[in-house]
Amino acid sequence: MGNSITVKDVEAGYGSVRVLHGVSLTVNDGETVVMLGSNGNGKSTLIKCITGLVEPSAGEITAEINGESINLIGKTPEEIVDLGIAMVPEGRRLFPALTVEENLTLGAYRPEARAKIDENMKFVFETFPRLEERRKQLAGSMSGGEQQMVAVARALMSDPKILLVDEPSVGLAPILVSQMIAKIKELKDIKNLTVLMAEQNFNQAIKIADRGYIIVHGQIEFEGEDTAALENNDMIKQYYLGV
Amino acid sequence: MKIDKFWLSVLVILIAGFAFTKLADNEFYFFTTYVVLQGLIMAVAWNILGGFTGYVNFGSAGFFAVGVYTTVALNKAFGLPLPVLLLAAGVICGLLGLAAGYLTLRLKGVYFAIATLATALVLETIVNNWKFVGGAAGTYVLQPKGSFIFDNYIELLFMLMLVLAVAATAISRYLSSSRIGQGLAAIRDDEVAAECMGVPTLRLKLISTTAMGALMGIAGAPFPFFVTFVDPVSAFALVIAVNAIAMPMIGGTAVWYGPVIGALLLGAIQETATVTISSELNLLIVGVMLVLFITLAPKGIVGLIQDYKKKKGANNG
Repeated sequence: MGNSITVKDVEAGYGSVRVLHGVSLTVNDGETVVMLGSNGNGKSTLIKCITGLVEPSAGEITAEINGESINLIGKTPEEIVDLGIAMVPEGRRLFPALTVEENLTLGAYRPEARAKIDENMKFVFETFPRLEERRKQLAGSMSGGEQQMVAVARALMSDPKILLVDEPSVGLAPILVSQMIAKIKELKDIKNLTVLMAEQNFNQAIKIADRGYIIVHGQIEFEGEDTAALENNDMIKQYYLGV
Repeated sequence: MKIDKFWLSVLVILIAGFAFTKLADNEFYFFTTYVVLQGLIMAVAWNILGGFTGYVNFGSAGFFAVGVYTTVALNKAFGLPLPVLLLAAGVICGLLGLAAGYLTLRLKGVYFAIATLATALVLETIVNNWKFVGGAAGTYVLQPKGSFIFDNYIELLFMLMLVLAVAATAISRYLSSSRIGQGLAAIRDDEVAAECMGVPTLRLKLISTTAMGALMGIAGAPFPFFVTFVDPVSAFALVIAVNAIAMPMIGGTAVWYGPVIGALLLGAIQETATVTISSELNLLIVGVMLVLFITLAPKGIVGLIQDYKKKKGANNG
């Protein structure tokens, strides 16, 4: 009963600009895999390819949901969400003029999640008590940290098996980044999620990752079998650790 | 059993409307309320796409006129009864909304608005050159004989418009409170985010253009019998499109009752001004009110009331 994602030789871009040049990666059942790389290297584009927001020009993307292998290429975002793949988009992208509660309800748009809406709402409020206090507040009027909580909670409302998180640290104070990263780990353990996370912040991401990839100019430059391999990588040392 | 306040009001309004036709004997009242109700249906319809979904349609008069000319053409060709004409106008304009939506909804913001305006112009050119319905010169339409249980045909048209206005409002209210409405609100707020959450954005947008088109067509369908002379200038009138935008803006676009309030207010002012001052003043009134509301109360009357309540609540608490 595995839930995993396999990306093979994916090429994609916007108009005539090619962003991904043959990216391959896998996220195995129950793993937390981190995609490292600075801005503009294609992390978000890859996540958009997996969720159907960007159509790859070549390559294969398959997901295994409860052990059943499904081709994701050509599927609409709606169909992909229906499979149980949820996304926390970069920059949160909440519905600013709607309340916290309405944002969460919209996370449960797919029929399967709709049936469990009360149960999941209770769960996310237990995980983020702050959101329960502010359930009637407009999402756009909240602080960055709270908005990120809404974004993660909203993705969980779709009752996913696979969670894609695009740069959870963007625009957050360091203390909030580490809290958010810890929260993702906690949720992953409780819900048995398979997680793919795109992140620039190496030191934070490495805390919860099982393994990771370094993506540079739309290509996987390094695949670290465990966190130690990533820490010892020259590129990481150069870019992130300053040694 | 608890009776829904909304449906109770609907019942009261319909009974009051019917009593009105029996009690009032000056036909002027029916002519003037017909125009206000026609504006109300247009405003409610516009708001489904413009207010709930966030896509501004400048071509409302086009949909209205297609409803008008559906009646003219089918009445001339087959002499069909009014309910059939209403249905036909609804179906044809619904399909037109669906097609226009499919072709133009990939455009965003101002480009979508321009596309809708262009659609209305194309339709007007077609009608101008369609001899069967009178072309640019226009055509006379005879009111059907008999007026059902009413004293005259205008009373019948008034009652029909009242029923249609109530039905349009009920549809809009249903759409806003249902799962469809939640999805539309998500599209209005952030379309990409809506897509990320698995909201079927294209399908929902097409539902809203179809509903908008159908309601606008139905609003136009009885018009030929109301004015008895139809030409493209009156069917595609600028004031129809402008009112359809202004009424929801003045009332408040975010909720179903916003356009109803705006239509009753603006419609009443316009009709009063037409009688007491001049009919040429209509567009000026709309323009002035629109400017005032956009600068002073961008969320309309509903927004003003909500803000006032919030302030009061904050002071008390």
